[in-house]
Amino acid sequence: MHELALAQNILEICETEARKRQASAIRKIKLRLGDFTGVVREALEFSFDIVKENTLAASATLDVERVPLEVRCPRCDKVMTPPGQDICLLCPECSGPLEVMAGRELQVDYIEVD
Amino acid sequence: MERVSVVTNVLKTNEEAAEANRKLFDANGLLAINLMSAPGAGKTSVLEQTIRRLDSRNGMAVIEGDLQTSYDADRIKALGVPSHQITTGTVCHLDARMVARAAADFPLDRVKLLFIENVGNLVCPAEFDLGEHLRVMICSVVEGAEKPKKYPLMFHQSEVVILNKMDLLPYSGVDLAELTKNVMEVNPAATIFPVSCRTGEGFDAWIAWLNQALDKHLNKGTSPSA
Repeated sequence: MHELALAQNILEICETEARKRQASAIRKIKLRLGDFTGVVREALEFSFDIVKENTLAASATLDVERVPLEVRCPRCDKVMTPPGQDICLLCPECSGPLEVMAGRELQVDYIEVD
Repeated sequence: MERVSVVTNVLKTNEEAAEANRKLFDANGLLAINLMSAPGAGKTSVLEQTIRRLDSRNGMAVIEGDLQTSYDADRIKALGVPSHQITTGTVCHLDARMVARAAADFPLDRVKLLFIENVGNLVCPAEFDLGEHLRVMICSVVEGAEKPKKYPLMFHQSEVVILNKMDLLPYSGVDLAELTKNVMEVNPAATIFPVSCRTGEGFDAWIAWLNQALDKHLNKGTSPSA
């Protein structure tokens, strides 16, 4: 359950940005969350609802965009999106090691403020 | 309503603290290893066996992370190695700031090898950089052959995977070849050491690898993984 720590970080990042703009409220937070992270989306949303109380983000919605795992085989020079949840980082064609290109994101993309 | 671009990593504060730790470790020329596993896989037992066999035992220090108690730090101190216990309360992982506070407890200029034993947990510690140079994870064979597939991130993030409790393999119904194959599928670059803390099996290979990593690090003054 490190989602509570992550929710706290998200709130701090967004409040810092909002204060820089002298905003009165944060309405929306857009988050990019990779499939290859140890983060449970529901737990993160639940945690965020707890930490946002009595802050600039009290009425903010957390909009989570899923970023699928994307891998590349340097030998075949091919980019792939492996299907399913059974992660295998060996190339289906040459059995060589695959590089993770996307899916590790845990990033606040933008906020909407008043 | 105004849209403000942020594009900031949620773990930014931790990553900055981790970078500061790494600089501090590098300034003191020491090798820092983050040791991770599920609860009960044998992190402290592997550490005890490692300490007993290591050439440079005098230059070792250990940071122990647990929710409660100082049992683990006491086991390490009993071997004559300085040890600092972090009790996280309810926090399920160590973060870089906790490690910075604990590291201040040691005369770092006299430390060559710092082990950071993380809180037993197969999920959360994988996301938090502590400023280490190497990540070593332990999976006991009795946990089952499918563990790397169920918890791929930690296996993926670790340079070394130690498969502990090999003495129990015949009783476990686990196929070692299948477990090894699953580790390699989530981390094709992993170095794997099957060991047993009870019989000592496999420790020669792990200790040889560790001594080599240590020599390389101390001579170069940089990360062996870099």
